[in-house]
Amino acid sequence: MAAFGSFALLIGLALAAYNLFAGGIALRLLAVGGPARISPERLAETARRAGIGGFAAITAAAFALSWSVFHNDFSIEYIVEHSNIALPAPYKFAALWSGQEGSLLLWAWLLAAYGFVLRLTHKSDVKLHAYAGTILAGVQVFFLLLLNFAAPPFSLVRGGIAPADGNGLNPLLQYPEMVIHPPMLYLGYVGFTVPFAFALGALMMRYPGEKWIHITRRWTMFTWMFLTIGIFLGMHWAYAVLGWGGYWGWDPVENASVMPWLTGTAFLHSVMMQEKRGMMKSWNVWLIFVTFMLSILGTLLTRAGLVSSVHAFAQSSIGNWFVAFLVVIAVVCIFTYVLQRDHLKSEHRVESLVSRESSFLFNNLVLLAACFTILWGTLFPVLSEYVEGTKTTLSGAYYSHIAIPIGVFLLLLTGVGPLLAWRASSFKSLRRNFILPGIAFLVTAVVLIAVGLRPWADEGVFYSLMTFSLAVAVATAVASEFLRGAAVVHRQTGKNYLESTVLLVRRSTRRYGGYLVHFGVVIIFIGFAGYAFNRSAESPMATGDKIEIGPYTLVNLGNTQESNPNYDSEFSLLDVYQNGKKVLDQPMAPEKRVYAVNGQPQTMVANHSTMRWDLYVVYEGRDSTTGLPIIKAFLNPLVMWIWVGLVVVVFGTLVALVPSLSPARATVAVPVPKSGSMAAVVGVTGGGD
Amino acid sequence: MRFLNRSSWRSTQISGRLARVAQMLLVACVVCFSVGATDPQARFNDLGHKMMCTCGCGQVLLECNHVGCTVSGGMRDELTAGLATGMNDSLILQSFVQKYGATVLAAPTTEGFDLVAWIMPFLVSAVALVGTILLVRNWAKNQPQIVHAGPDGKVRPPGIGVEMRERIRRETEMD
Repeated sequence: MAAFGSFALLIGLALAAYNLFAGGIALRLLAVGGPARISPERLAETARRAGIGGFAAITAAAFALSWSVFHNDFSIEYIVEHSNIALPAPYKFAALWSGQEGSLLLWAWLLAAYGFVLRLTHKSDVKLHAYAGTILAGVQVFFLLLLNFAAPPFSLVRGGIAPADGNGLNPLLQYPEMVIHPPMLYLGYVGFTVPFAFALGALMMRYPGEKWIHITRRWTMFTWMFLTIGIFLGMHWAYAVLGWGGYWGWDPVENASVMPWLTGTAFLHSVMMQEKRGMMKSWNVWLIFVTFMLSILGTLLTRAGLVSSVHAFAQSSIGNWFVAFLVVIAVVCIFTYVLQRDHLKSEHRVESLVSRESSFLFNNLVLLAACFTILWGTLFPVLSEYVEGTKTTLSGAYYSHIAIPIGVFLLLLTGVGPLLAWRASSFKSLRRNFILPGIAFLVTAVVLIAVGLRPWADEGVFYSLMTFSLAVAVATAVASEFLRGAAVVHRQTGKNYLESTVLLVRRSTRRYGGYLVHFGVVIIFIGFAGYAFNRSAESPMATGDKIEIGPYTLVNLGNTQESNPNYDSEFSLLDVYQNGKKVLDQPMAPEKRVYAVNGQPQTMVANHSTMRWDLYVVYEGRDSTTGLPIIKAFLNPLVMWIWVGLVVVVFGTLVALVPSLSPARATVAVPVPKSGSMAAVVGVTGGGD
Repeated sequence: MRFLNRSSWRSTQISGRLARVAQMLLVACVVCFSVGATDPQARFNDLGHKMMCTCGCGQVLLECNHVGCTVSGGMRDELTAGLATGMNDSLILQSFVQKYGATVLAAPTTEGFDLVAWIMPFLVSAVALVGTILLVRNWAKNQPQIVHAGPDGKVRPPGIGVEMRERIRRETEMD
């Protein structure tokens, strides 16, 4: 199977290279015209088919690796390193992306799958798709060069003698979310290649009109959604597995995933200005270029060991390849932009500081400031080492001081932006739109101070108070937009308010889907704001001992050990009481596992999650003097809101992806003087965006 | 003499109000952060969150409460003692750096190259913010004006009144 997989990768490389060169020649011939021995259209078609064939080849390689994992083929070094016989089946599947070579193969396969869809839908715009397909092939060639020559997944074990068993999967990765977190993240990372390819292709061919923007926007929303899911699954995985009570540690690799998300979010907002008013064309093109480059930079940070990270399992020497690739992309982007920049002239300019356009500009500004801050913080250890000779590592405290104010400002813009009118907002409309959210903000702040929040005592409490108050204000603004729109539909159609709201959303899915996403973001921010009120308690616990935390009392029923072929585990059984009443039917069971194959430990957190707070309990190990298990309990308020917010964001994105209802048309008979027999057909617009 | 048309006057009025609201918010923030800044408990809390526990747990000093930590208790006592001697925050942090090394700080110092880590994000954001505001103001000022001229060459009022334009804008405002 190793030979089959290697051969499939070679075929994939050959097909991608053909797609790139034949596609490039065909597009050049189409651009300059003149006689040619072969019709450029036919050449472009062969390139497209090579791209489709490439997908089949890379799928075969991915299948070969999975098949080898499931059949414990320990003649392949990758499988020795990342699997073992006792590994449960879902994690064998996950072994495909648990190591460097496998995850590069996953990247190449997802890129080929995206390319497959793109090439199948080429009839919507053959020339633009030909450009995008060729650019995609260029990216594919890079990854296949890596897979064939720098990080081959089918390398045989040294010495040629297969061991009886493998080293097993990193215990941190043996968690259900590990099966879906990386593919989601990669769907996001890789997906940004498609809008990048369309943007670069449209610029190269001086695409007339804004159709490419419509295509790019949908792809971007789609990939943005997957990247969002991937990031939040990663947060949940860190929360559930790492056992330190938090979900975000500002690890360089976590940071790397957020940076393209931020620029992608900026693009999704500013692209509306191009669609509506023909503005910000250069800006949008660069946003999507930068988003793609940041995806590659993220991979570079993960692979190259440039900065220290908890994801150190993925470090290697292929960083130079990524640096070279980034340089090539930057040169191609700059060169194309300089050549074609006259094509990106804006048709209009922003007319007022208080307008929807301005709010998009400031939204972009804040998102890019956040991106720069994170990039700066991530690369600062490298810079400080270069300048001072010592690595200055920036902890969460640094990011909290800088990123939290930016986040709060972003939340403010989330509410303000949609309330402003295009071109310019009159004072009357400002007053009408802002009075309710403004009152909601003030009332919330006053109520929170009245119930005991002291923003002057602690910076974290101050930001939490601001976040809660802004969240209520933004939610009020979003709700008032829905209510106002539903009232209009209710007056027009006579439907009840629920039906009117549904119709309203269906008429303008993008707008109201966007509002739902904003609402989801508000919920997520409420969850983040709860972090300032986290509490913890820790104690060695013999049977019958208690820990008090917040309103809960944890009583230890006993400490137990278990073994299976994959790992040995120790855990405590804890009953949870609140006001003397037992809260849970089943006791909580925080656990510590030690994996048989490599002796690595792993924490399995026990978590009782409610909308108010999480009771998060960790089995930390045994006290060296007494031998008693050490139990650490956290009370983390509002964490559940983060995961609920994610669901709302995903739902909103899906709504925005659904096409709006077509404008309703009615045929109206109009008597025409003289002939008297003709009827004019008049189109009546009923909605849509 | 300079005359403002109705929309310019409105936008000036709105800018003035926004500026006043921004000033009030700024004052409120300063007040919020100033109150309680000299309270010893608040200073202990603040400084304790600026330092890391050096036991190797990787936690902020006041967050480190794991069983068997032989370091954090002593460090907290040192912090309390430092506050009692009347040293200012900077001197207290310096004394900890001298004893435990630069790794005791949870965030970079505000001296030397470390200062760049703090300044850069704010500097870039401020430059981008001011640049954007100036750019938009410049664009808004230099909007091309549409002049309606009659057959005799004299300037005529536009065919659609202000109210009608407002209505069109309101009714076509979808996204």
